[in-house]
Amino acid sequence: MGDFDLSFFIEVLVGGLLSGVMYALVAIGFVLIYKTSGVLNFAQGPLLLFAALTYVSLIERGIAAPLALVLVFAAMALIGIAIERTVLTPLANRPPITLFMATLGLAYVVEGSAQLLWGGQVHALDLGVSDTPFDVYGVFVSRFDLFAAGVAGLMVAALIAFFQFTRVGLSFRAAAADPYAAGAIGLRLHAILATAWIAAGFVALVAGLLWGARLGVQFSLSLVVLKALPVLVLGGFDSILGAIVGGLIVGASEKLAEVYIGPFFGGGIEIWFAYVVALVFLLVRPAGLFGRVQVERV
Amino acid sequence: MSTLARTAVSYRGAAEGDSLSPARPGSRASSGAQGDGAKSASLALEGVSLSFGGVAALRDVDLAFADGSITAVIGPNGAGKTSLINVITGVYTPDRGRVVIKGRSYSRSPTSRLASLGVARTFQNLGLFKGLSTFDNIALGLSFAARSTIVEQALGVGRARAEVARTRRKTDEALEHLHLESYRDRLVGSLPYGVQKRIELARASVAEPHFLLLDEPLAGMTMDDKVEMTAFIRSVRSRLGATIVLIEHDIGLVMSLSDRVAVFDYGRKIAEGTPAEVQADQAVIDAYLGVPHADEEA
Amino acid sequence: MSSPASLPAAARWLFPVLAIAVAVVAPPLMNSDYLYEAILLPFLALSLAGVGLNVLMGYTGQLSLGSAAFLAIGAYAAFNINLRVGLPLPVTIVAAGIIAALVGVVFGLPSLRLRGYYLAVSTLAAQFFVQWALTRFPWFSNDSNSGVIDAPTLSVAGIHFVTPLGRYYFTLTIVALLTALSARLVTVKTGRDLMAVRDHETAAKIIGVPVLKAKLVAFAYSSFVIGVAGVLWAFAYLRTVEPDGFNLDRSFQILFITIIGGLSTIRGAFFGAAIIVALPLLLARASSGLAGGALDSGSLDMIQRIVIGVLIIGFLIAEPDGLAALIQRAPNGLAGRVRPRSSPATR
Repeated sequence: MGDFDLSFFIEVLVGGLLSGVMYALVAIGFVLIYKTSGVLNFAQGPLLLFAALTYVSLIERGIAAPLALVLVFAAMALIGIAIERTVLTPLANRPPITLFMATLGLAYVVEGSAQLLWGGQVHALDLGVSDTPFDVYGVFVSRFDLFAAGVAGLMVAALIAFFQFTRVGLSFRAAAADPYAAGAIGLRLHAILATAWIAAGFVALVAGLLWGARLGVQFSLSLVVLKALPVLVLGGFDSILGAIVGGLIVGASEKLAEVYIGPFFGGGIEIWFAYVVALVFLLVRPAGLFGRVQVERV
Repeated sequence: MSTLARTAVSYRGAAEGDSLSPARPGSRASSGAQGDGAKSASLALEGVSLSFGGVAALRDVDLAFADGSITAVIGPNGAGKTSLINVITGVYTPDRGRVVIKGRSYSRSPTSRLASLGVARTFQNLGLFKGLSTFDNIALGLSFAARSTIVEQALGVGRARAEVARTRRKTDEALEHLHLESYRDRLVGSLPYGVQKRIELARASVAEPHFLLLDEPLAGMTMDDKVEMTAFIRSVRSRLGATIVLIEHDIGLVMSLSDRVAVFDYGRKIAEGTPAEVQADQAVIDAYLGVPHADEEA
Repeated sequence: MSSPASLPAAARWLFPVLAIAVAVVAPPLMNSDYLYEAILLPFLALSLAGVGLNVLMGYTGQLSLGSAAFLAIGAYAAFNINLRVGLPLPVTIVAAGIIAALVGVVFGLPSLRLRGYYLAVSTLAAQFFVQWALTRFPWFSNDSNSGVIDAPTLSVAGIHFVTPLGRYYFTLTIVALLTALSARLVTVKTGRDLMAVRDHETAAKIIGVPVLKAKLVAFAYSSFVIGVAGVLWAFAYLRTVEPDGFNLDRSFQILFITIIGGLSTIRGAFFGAAIIVALPLLLARASSGLAGGALDSGSLDMIQRIVIGVLIIGFLIAEPDGLAALIQRAPNGLAGRVRPRSSPATR
């Protein structure tokens, strides 16, 4: 390690940050649901798989891309509303852990349905963006990663605009701040929760397409939730900004660790390194970077 | 545990003036400014302030509880009454000030050692173990004193034998004192509210504490229940000779039950004295009848 | 000691005694190796793992998503102890359990500060780390390809348990012993402490329940039991295992066993395991019967996932106390009988 190669370091760092954006993309879907219903929705990964798989399958059946997008988004919205009605409503007022376990069951149902419907084989997904690296002052950056980061930025901007400037968005924020008060002043909680699920479905669609283009659309897509969990822990479960910053931290530290520490352990430490970072961080700051610190009431 | 408790008794009365309390680094010298506390007090708050995100819950509170007395803490909602008990039991760490228990002064009350120090409490919104029977709930009040190992417990030998017998005897006594025998093996979650309140009192008193902190033990009860509960509190005091701190809204019952009354408003102690003195105090009358203010903290 | 489930003492003994009697007598009558290899051996090992997880989740309220890691630790520890130290089998099994318990305590340490979802992250770390380590370091599998290990012959004091029936009885003995121990544990003082931590951690701490100790005991004991289940899984049931067999899906399988069977019941783990083991067999039979084998195995897998997911959601909504509660109520609609309600609330 005598001669430290700075441009290589930067290249790894930038690559890590960009893949961190991809993690953040998944994590944001969790945050949307967590903010409104206090549930850590483990089914977010399978939903992502469902969206991507449905999209490629429609494309393969000769449906034009814009139409396919609309159809998948509509399907995701319907699924979201159905989940809210059939799973979460009957479980209202139950402990958070019960809700979490229900979303594990949900994850199995969505995963199973997606593949039963469209088959289990791997589909290639081409979004028309090449993955060729290009040279920025001697640092190679993936074109696709940049594209993904751009899309992610647009999506976050769209979400923020939606929540800041629309009536539904406003009531959503009110409900997130205090569900009881929101109910008391006549905001329709069902509509708000459904909105959250539709938004999460939208995020799943975007994340699913980007991840699908990267990895191929296949079963393992639903496992990207496992990448999102450390991100959420770092950023706090209820903060979109936290999800982004957490994603960047996880992405960067993971890649740097793999390159600089990994060789000492025979490699492959990416699988658990993010978790260790998250854990160490948690022990210092249990509510995450941007999460709300809960005051205990007894 | 009985040895421990007896040793602890010898500390009683050692606190006032604080000359005997161990001089720990950083512990501020007590001015002994407990106003009219002529009797000795082994439980006290010294200059305690507490705030949550800028909202003050307690402001520079000095309060000593005379040994063997019943002190009522009253005040409007949000006056900081529950915060007071939460500071004494270490649920909250005060921003400034110290908690004195048996001559030792703490900047943060040692929550997990409180039971062995002879401090017990009940909770405003019930802190019972809902999935356990009445017997088990009360028996858990003795858990801290057990010394047997798991192996002894599993085999029912050694210290575990004696502990099981002692736990059963003490718990059954407590059941009897509080007229709870008929609920012995019922799960507490399904019992009426008034009964649950009594079970909590039984759990708090089963280990014969020196200090008993009761957070609204009469709240939400029918008049009959209140009268009965008042009698139970009196009998606990006369049986154990414990110092009792009582948070209560029902002024009528407070006046008949307590030796001293401390009145809080906006986190500040605005009056302290015998029930008669407090009733005549202009600041108290103002706090109760004067400017109404919003409920912030229950 | 009082038990929240105030069954009459005789009835409380009746079920386990009957169950063991049936388990000893009935299988040999059927005389089918398939019964042991495909049904009873995995059923017993998974039941035991379910019992272990239940102590942690059902009784102590600590969410764990990494059970398979402790199965793996038990299996690989026993393999290495047998290979490198050469102790008698019962000692090996206990030692493997203890190693799993020690690792369990390490991954349980964060529980002293973390609750709920955050703890789930810690147990997931165990899942990924252990699987990675077993694959990455060939020492654990004595330099075999991709971490595959072959189990030694089961023998105690010169008696070999080679036949399926022999391995079944061997497994049954250990499962019965540890189940009895677990059932005992949750009724003694420490068991009460665990449930207090589950139901109201803050109150438990204030009234003097040794919360930290209780949590670590739960992690240690649970990991011990799951570790032993792992030895049985590897040595008695599969005989050849690889790290991939102890993946996240296996962890979820054990989790689902405790949910379906019923949190906070020891017997529930057996009901849950029965469903989880029987389901794929029943589905395969149904498909070959009804659809005439039209469904390929991939589709069957997916249908199975959907059914399991629906079962989980259904139980959580309609019967959070699981099959155990359902079964207890079924034969006697006696009024006023108290049944334990699980409340794995982590506050």
